[in-house]
Amino acid sequence: MSLEQFKNRNVGVQSYTTLDVGTPPKTSMEKFTQVVTRTFKGELFVGLWVVMRNMIRSLFMGETHTIKYPFEKMPISPRYRAIHDMLRLLESGSYRCIGCGLCEKICISNCISMDTRYDEEQRKEVSEYTINFGRCIFCGYCAEVCPELAIVHGPRYENASQQRAGFSLFEDMLTPIDKLNLQQEYDGFGAISPNADENIKQTPLAY
Amino acid sequence: MEIALVENLPQVTWLGVLIKAVLILAVISALAGFGTYVERKVLAFMQRRLGPMHVGPYGLLQIAADGIKLFTKEDIIPQNANKFIFMIAPIITAATAFIALSSVPVFPDFTIPEFVPLLGGVFVPSIASDLNIGILFVLGMMAAGLYGPLLAGMSQSNKWGIIGSARTAVQFLSYEVVTGLSILAPIMLVGSLSFVDFNNYQLEEGVWLIFYQPVAFVLFLIAGFAETNRTPFDLLEHEAEIISGYATEYSGMRWGMFFIGEYANMITVSIIAAIVFLGGYDSESTFGWLTIMLKIGFFFFLMLWVRAAWPHVRPDQLMWLCWKVLMPLAVVNILVTALVIMV
Repeated sequence: MSLEQFKNRNVGVQSYTTLDVGTPPKTSMEKFTQVVTRTFKGELFVGLWVVMRNMIRSLFMGETHTIKYPFEKMPISPRYRAIHDMLRLLESGSYRCIGCGLCEKICISNCISMDTRYDEEQRKEVSEYTINFGRCIFCGYCAEVCPELAIVHGPRYENASQQRAGFSLFEDMLTPIDKLNLQQEYDGFGAISPNADENIKQTPLAY
Repeated sequence: MEIALVENLPQVTWLGVLIKAVLILAVISALAGFGTYVERKVLAFMQRRLGPMHVGPYGLLQIAADGIKLFTKEDIIPQNANKFIFMIAPIITAATAFIALSSVPVFPDFTIPEFVPLLGGVFVPSIASDLNIGILFVLGMMAAGLYGPLLAGMSQSNKWGIIGSARTAVQFLSYEVVTGLSILAPIMLVGSLSFVDFNNYQLEEGVWLIFYQPVAFVLFLIAGFAETNRTPFDLLEHEAEIISGYATEYSGMRWGMFFIGEYANMITVSIIAAIVFLGGYDSESTFGWLTIMLKIGFFFFLMLWVRAAWPHVRPDQLMWLCWKVLMPLAVVNILVTALVIMV
């Protein structure tokens, strides 16, 4: 397309297709007929019925859209990237984190900082681990790079705070040892949301 | 002022009228407050929401919370406003709405039991003053109520207020002629302007006037919507166009008085429509009071229903509708009614 064609804003000379909206009435008799037909068409009652149907549905069939948020929550997608969780091994209960430091390396906002040491069995373990959630952009690289599925994104998304810097320690994010049986395995970024079946609708072509 | 008393009823005393007036004032202003709750709930359900839910069970105490808010809010009078008119305008709206109710039958007659101290044995009539020109008085008072928005808009030195009061004038000029003409045909049939006579006429005929006068009913309903500034015609305070119109600068209880007036007017129009067209209170049957309540409730609900369903019209469309469509229809209706009566 040349520049002249592109700059031509004159609607009507281009290849537009106009909708057939009929012709406006010209004589007063035509105008009068239009008013009378529109008056008795009953379209206003269609509108009344539509809202009444919605009222019946929401009152008696429980089809309200409202979710009383602090008391009810929508299921969030497994792909959702909220505050991180540190998982444990289900069998032994020990940390999954092996202190490899990949998450610290890959973190593009430099919010993960960690320190490691050798424990008494000469295995590497993490001694200090913090995430600065004031800096974290929840990109999910740390969870993606982790070879042990130790750091994942959890479901805690209510993280408003009064300070910019909000540090979270390793123990804060770690699954408590007494709640090990409740630990949810991370489905990963490719997983579908738990209510995916309800959200499936027919494509418009099928109507 | 001539008081037309129904035969074989006890004497209406000034004390009874006073009690009735206080009753109307208390009950209708409470109902007007409750009306806001009902409106919010109904609109919410029609839009598949829940509406107020947190103050009290199902949000029932929302009225109390709103009342506390309105009473404790600062009453601001803008700098260049005409203070006196600005302060008096909401009172006009609220007062005329209640004055209009004084000649409308609201509750059944009753006599206060003898054991009540001081007031025992006082007969409280169903109408505070049963004027023989009841309908004229009510319509006149409701029309006078439009002085409220008119003066409020002009006194507040705010351009939205000015536009709002100009629209008040437009609306008043449009609907008022339709209201009068549409209700003229039933008046001709009944031959009286008293609400009690309307009720008795329909009781004797055994048929509601809506079946004799369907056109008048529809016209009156449309004009009633315009009279109470309800949605297809709420040009005075159309938020999307003129902020709040005449109520832009109002706050606190003065703003609340406009709303009490509006809801009282809605109740009045519902009562008129129920009595004039839908048979009124069947004073012979046991459940007459219940049927009139249901009829009034239906009209009130209709106003909310229409608000959820239909869009606004423009001021010029309202004028076009009223003068070019409704007024000729009303005149034709009167002519046909007159011919039928004569023949």
